[in-house]
Formats: sequence, structure tokens, C-alpha cells
Amino acid sequence: MKKFMNNADDFLNESLQGFKMAHSDIVNVHFDPSFITRSAKTKEGKVSLISGGGSGHEPMHGGLVGFGMLDAACPGYVFSAPTPDQMVAASEAVDSGAGVLFIVKNYSGDIMNFEMGSEMLTGKSATVLTNDDVAVEDSSFTTGRRGVAATVLVEKIVGSLAETGASLEECKVLGDKVNKNSGTMGVAFSSCTVPAAGKPTFDLQLDEIEFGVGIHGEPGRRKDKIKPSKEITDEMLEAIMEDLKPNNNEELLLFVNGMGGTPLLELYLIFDNAMKYIESRNLKVSKSLVGNYCTSLEMQGASITLTKLDGEIVKHWDSPVHTAAMRWGM
Amino acid sequence: MSTKFLIDNAKLIELSINENAEEIEKLDQEIGDGDHIFNVQRGIKLVIDLEPTIKNLPMSKALNTIAMKVLSGIGGSSGALFGTLFMTLAKGKDIDNGIDFNKTVEIFYDAVQAVKMRGKADIGEKTMMDVLIPVANTLKDLNQKEISMETILSKVIEVAEEGMLSTKELIATKGRASFLGERAKGHIDPGARSSQIMITTVCESVINS
Repeated sequence: MKKFMNNADDFLNESLQGFKMAHSDIVNVHFDPSFITRSAKTKEGKVSLISGGGSGHEPMHGGLVGFGMLDAACPGYVFSAPTPDQMVAASEAVDSGAGVLFIVKNYSGDIMNFEMGSEMLTGKSATVLTNDDVAVEDSSFTTGRRGVAATVLVEKIVGSLAETGASLEECKVLGDKVNKNSGTMGVAFSSCTVPAAGKPTFDLQLDEIEFGVGIHGEPGRRKDKIKPSKEITDEMLEAIMEDLKPNNNEELLLFVNGMGGTPLLELYLIFDNAMKYIESRNLKVSKSLVGNYCTSLEMQGASITLTKLDGEIVKHWDSPVHTAAMRWGM
Repeated sequence: MSTKFLIDNAKLIELSINENAEEIEKLDQEIGDGDHIFNVQRGIKLVIDLEPTIKNLPMSKALNTIAMKVLSGIGGSSGALFGTLFMTLAKGKDIDNGIDFNKTVEIFYDAVQAVKMRGKADIGEKTMMDVLIPVANTLKDLNQKEISMETILSKVIEVAEEGMLSTKELIATKGRASFLGERAKGHIDPGARSSQIMITTVCESVINS
């Protein structure tokens, strides 16, 4: 394993310290327990958005704290859920009285810890659970699909609504809608290495790809041989379309997300390939996002997310945002 | 049961988990995300380090201190589940007035029910509940009969192993392995294995003491 690291125990804290100093105009990082807040106080009457999860998915979620998005983020150890004391401390720091909306990716550890956190809170809270990953089928008795890259979109769109002074219930409803309107499919070209583990999370031969990979390197649908990008992109979109079933001429947001180890040059190539597929299906991409937002450490790979748009979603997508990782309109 | 019993057994568990660490890590890398063994090892160490803090505390406070430490110190599913386990043990009725075997059986049964609720998992879903539920049930059932504690604990060791092995042929519907569907079949669940090791260690230490 080669990583910029001094020792595994200090890995996360040193990175959080760096993040704090690099973005002191936008965020503040608190320790024992760790949570990230905006440098400015939440304004009176505004619902607070709090997300969190294992570290290793940067910039999600700490890099998404700031005006128009999250009020706080709780980073767990690498690929390990944050703990209830973090959620409680973050809530107490940012709740202005209007309540806390937790945005949680559908992973059992995250759910249990956020659940315990909200049980320990005295103020009101609600939760939006994201489960946009179409790779692994939902069924009547599973814990269901994984929450992955669309979580970033939920945070942006609901974050914008919260800035308008909307109620906790309204924020939850919009969050659930964006999640329901979104589908994601990921592919890995290489594994990733958790610092404390020191060796790759899974094995992938040089000419193999993992189709439907999760954001911790959990296996997806199958291993395939590497093939031209066009074919991979088509198959990813095929899987998303099957699930989302957009109407003819429906407007979409196309989000090409890097897993951490794939250059932007390739992500834009995927975007080109995806556009060709989508246009050939009589659909329209009217909003877009390309970059590394929901990563898996140094994993090579990418995910594609499609979100069906409506007026409300578009308005809150376009509105100003100022976070470490996303900034426009201000 | 005393706080000394808790720490002594935590130390024994540390030894047996460390002996099997590579196996557990490998199981988790096959069907999970590879972090289970680190969570378990970190949690046990945190509990052992609490020795001076909890040594002279009443049982309910000692167990609650362990619960909070495990909850915040481990993270992940393991933290929430073991945190819930100890938190429920701490709430056991009259435990500050001494805990005999009957009491242990009773509070352990309630704690396992609470973990079941927290994880929303039951038997047959390829999780540690495939070990914990049969163990709690066996303890409760056999303790109502005229059987010696040693015989009950020997039976518990068997039941824990059966439960652990049963996860091999199951398709996971809970936890990280559930995202694998059929592909997780043929692999023992790492959480079931680590729980089985812990249960067996404690049972053996009580039998031998």
C-alpha cells in the first residue's frame, strides 16, 4: 500500500485538520466528537441539513457543507458509519429550532447510527434515506438498494429549499422525490485500499471490471472483461433506464461521477458517450454535473446518475451554492 | 457476575479474536467491505482500556459506560449493535444487587431482542443474529429445566457453532453482504463468526472456572 499517511490512527484527523485550515472561510471542523459545520451560524427558522457516513467518499459529505447545501456533516472512520454522539453534537451545534433533516445513504451501519442519534435528540428531526443504486435489485424482504452518488444531488436540491425557510416536512418530501427520481450505476476498474486494512478491498484482474460496484468496493452484478467505453456506458445507462423508465422527451440531469482514481479526461469522455445514448432515446439532458463527488478512496471507476427533472428540482439545482466542492451563482 | 468478570472475559475474547483475525478479515473481504475485524478489535481494546474506570462502578453504570464507549469508539454497524446490546444489559432490573446465572440469562435474552430490533434482522438472514438468537433462546429454554449450568453452556457452544455454520448456505438479506445476493452464498458471515468466537470464549471460561 502506498498512501500519503503517517499512521492509520491519525489518518482521518490529520485530513480533517487540513480540510479545516484549507476552507476556513466556509467551514469549521470540530473534534471529539468530529463534525463539520458551516463557519457561519444557521439562520433562525432554517431547517438544518445534516449528512454523514464513513470517510473515503470525499468531497461527500464535508466538502458539501456550506451555503445552499449542508449545515453539518459527520465523518466516520474510513468506510465506517459515524456514531450517534457525532450526530447529537452536530445537531446541537446547528439546530436553530426549525428541526434537523438527516440525509442518510442506505447502508445498515449508517441507518442504525443515525437512528440512535435521532432517538437521543431532544429537538425534532426527520430522515431522507437515499437508495439510488440500481445495480442490486430491491426485493420485498431486503434492506434494499444502496445509497450512492444521487445523495450529492439530494443535498444540493434540498439544501436550496431549506435556505428559503421551508419546513422540515417540505424538505423531507423534496428529498424523497429527488431520490425516487434518480438512478445510479457504478463500474470499478480497480479496487481501493482502506488505510487501516493496508491491502485492496477486493481482487480485480488487470483486464477485469466490476459492473455495479458499490462505493466501498462491494461487488455488484458481475465481473466483466474491459471493453470500449461506449459499450460500458450503454450497459450502465440501460440498467438505469430499466429502473427509471423516463417518459419520451423527459428532461434529465446527467451526473458523471468519478470514484477517485479516474481522470476528468475520461469522465468527460463518458459524458460524451452517455449523451449519445440518451439523445438516441429521445430524452433531453438539461442539467449536468461531472467530477469526483462521491468517491471510493483511490478506486478507478465511475458512476452515472440520471435524475428526472421538474420545475421545482431545476429551480433548486440552479440556485446559488457555496461549499468547498461545489460553488456556483455566488 | 462482576465488573472483573467483564474485563477478564474481554481479555480472553481479545486473545481468541486475534487468533482468528485473518480468517474473519478474509470472510469480510469476500462478502463485505473488510472493516469488520478492525471494528471488533478496536471495540475489545476500548472495553479492556476501561478497566480502571469501571472497576469500582455498580454493574449498571459499568455496562452503560461500556455501551457508550463501544457506540462512539467502534462506529459502523458493530458499534450500534454492540452499543445496543450493552445499553440493554445496563438497563437490566436489579443488576446492581448482584447477577447470578438466572439473571444473566434473563438480561442477555432481553439484550439480544433489542439488538434484533436495532438491526431489524432475524434468524436466517446471514448475520450475527444467526448466532445470538439461538444462543439466547437456548439459554432461556434450558435454564428452565433441571440442567446444570456447565451442561447448558456446553450446549450453547454447540448451538453457536451450528448458527455460525448455517450462515454459509444462506443468502444475505441484511447487512453489507445483502448487496451481493446469490454471490454471498457459500461464505460464512464474518459477524456470525466473530460473535460465535466471543460466545464460545465466555462459555468456556465459565465452564473452566
